[in-house]
Amino acid sequence: MSLAVFLILAAASVLFALLVVFTKNPVHSVIYLILAFFAIAGQYVLLNAQFLAVVHIIVYAGAIMVLFLFVLMLLNLNMDTEPTQTGRWKLGAAIAAGMLLVTFIGALKGGIQLSAVTDHNPQVGLVQNLGRVLFTDFVVPFEIAGILFLAAMVGAVMVGKRDVTI
Amino acid sequence: MQPLTTRSKLVVDKRMNFWERIYLPAIFKGMWITLKHFFRKKNTLSYPDEVRPFAPVWRGWHVLKRDEQGRERCTACGLCAVACPAEAITMTAEEREKGEEGLYREEKYAAVYEINMLRCIFCGLCEEACPKEAIFLTDRIVPSDYVRQNFIFGKELLVEGTTPEKRIDVTKRQKHIQEKITK
Amino acid sequence: MHSILLFDAALVLEKSIFVVVLFIITLTVAAYATYGERKIAAFFQDRIGPNRAGPFGLLQPLADGVKFFTKEDFMPNAAERWLFILAPASFMFVACMTSAVIPWGTELTLFGKPVSLQLTDLNIGVLYILGFTSLGVYGIMIGGWASNNKYSLYGSIRASAQMISYELAMGLALIAVVMMSGTLSLKEMAIQQAGLNWNIWYQPLGFLIFFICALAECNRAPFDMAECETELIGGYHTEYSSMKLGMFLFAEYINMFVSCAVIATVYFGGYNFPLIDPGWLGGLMGPIVMFAKTFFFIFVFMWIRWTLPRFRYDQLMRLGWKSLIPLAIINMLLTGAGVLLFDK
Repeated sequence: MSLAVFLILAAASVLFALLVVFTKNPVHSVIYLILAFFAIAGQYVLLNAQFLAVVHIIVYAGAIMVLFLFVLMLLNLNMDTEPTQTGRWKLGAAIAAGMLLVTFIGALKGGIQLSAVTDHNPQVGLVQNLGRVLFTDFVVPFEIAGILFLAAMVGAVMVGKRDVTI
Repeated sequence: MQPLTTRSKLVVDKRMNFWERIYLPAIFKGMWITLKHFFRKKNTLSYPDEVRPFAPVWRGWHVLKRDEQGRERCTACGLCAVACPAEAITMTAEEREKGEEGLYREEKYAAVYEINMLRCIFCGLCEEACPKEAIFLTDRIVPSDYVRQNFIFGKELLVEGTTPEKRIDVTKRQKHIQEKITK
Repeated sequence: MHSILLFDAALVLEKSIFVVVLFIITLTVAAYATYGERKIAAFFQDRIGPNRAGPFGLLQPLADGVKFFTKEDFMPNAAERWLFILAPASFMFVACMTSAVIPWGTELTLFGKPVSLQLTDLNIGVLYILGFTSLGVYGIMIGGWASNNKYSLYGSIRASAQMISYELAMGLALIAVVMMSGTLSLKEMAIQQAGLNWNIWYQPLGFLIFFICALAECNRAPFDMAECETELIGGYHTEYSSMKLGMFLFAEYINMFVSCAVIATVYFGGYNFPLIDPGWLGGLMGPIVMFAKTFFFIFVFMWIRWTLPRFRYDQLMRLGWKSLIPLAIINMLLTGAGVLLFDK
């Protein structure tokens, strides 16, 4: 039962992720991306990590993709306004993306393990356990991430601030 | 410079204090006002079901009266058309034939009598001009329509019926006018 | 292997029936909220309101529904066909989903079997509601964009900016309650507020922030920037007609119903009321109290709509970012201090 659900969700997330890339219309891409996020949230639920699933939806589908959509709507991208890429640009992009791929493969080659996690605790995704883990074992990365976000926020305010005060 | 109105207010652009700036007292005040209106008596009149009483001087849809024997009073003298400031009245006179004495009181009568209700301003001058006490304004409202042509009211819409229940009462307004004159 | 995928047939049947009942109740309440809106608006304006369809106009929602269904379903030539259809559907779907985690009462004894009056007691109920309200904006955004109309697009852009701004303050206000009660489950929150031990006494500021944000999230006046008839001639639903428009308007009332229910649950004790045991009348007393509170807040929503004028857009943004979020953070810090000092 859960395997079937997993397979459906996995297929859906891969399908939607591919559609994100292959759709011409950027707004459609964003919508496929949201659907892909939903599929991934479903995976979290399968792992009994409802907290992560919901936070994933709130943060990614609910906030970040809204911003994406917001910007896309303002830009009004379509076929007519899309600048035609020259061959040189395409070549450069292909080389850059290929190098990124090689880097990823190189990084993951040693550490990757395809065996199933057997000692998976089904309670680990619940809020209490997650909070406890975040504030004990992972407190330093957690706080550093917080500082990073604060810095990003201050930076955004600085960028957004106008030179002339009204 | 002279102020244009006695109710003008001096606009002061002073800094708001804390309570004014958080707006909440003003919002609650506004909500209190609307709440008072919530429980207030409603002004609505459900029109076709309830009809607001007309003033006694109300001038509406004209009627061409008949006399006691059911004969049309109008003699098509044309004084109403002359008096009409809006030129809304037209008529065609015809001579009374033998055998029509029961229909028309005078020897001449209006074969066609039309009032254009879109032109009419309901001033009541036709009523004052009439020497035969034939035309009166009543407290009936001219109904609305989609077609302009339908606002030209002919005799079928103006002349009252012969049976007592189809007679149209004009005494209310006339009594009021008489009282006013005698006073 | 996983608990959520193990089910027994009786439970599935019970829950399915409950879903249908809840769905019907939600739709009925939303339909009568439209009637209530018109009636209440009329009363605030010294009028009578709809009174022709049935006694006191009680059949007005039906008449409106028939009207919506029989109107011409118009689609602009340059519209994105599928997204144009998808938008009202998704808006409606998201609006209906939210009511799943609200505890309407304790338990109802039906056929000698206790039935929980909550569809599902998610241990993250609060987050679930936040998540689905944050998705509600997609219906508006996609609808506005797919209409290919500049006014609709303005409406969607406004809606998205507004939603993001007010979601933050809303979440922060809720976090204070979560810190206080120590749970994310709405059921446990309701249990903790037994009697008159309501959260509003501890969280007045948080309630105010949450209430304002709820108004904004429901796109209700004075925050109805997304439709804003006077400026945007309907905003995101300018191009919509027939039942698609009806779905948008209807979903808005469902949103209002659900957010009022959330307010009642989180801050006003849910199905609890002093001197009234929620278990009376075979458990029916809880839902009655809960619905009374919800309807009261729906009334307040309408009361505010017919009292206050619409905000200007920059005022709206200033209120969200410069007033509500700092206030919510202060409220959160104060709550944290209070929990540390008094609770443990």
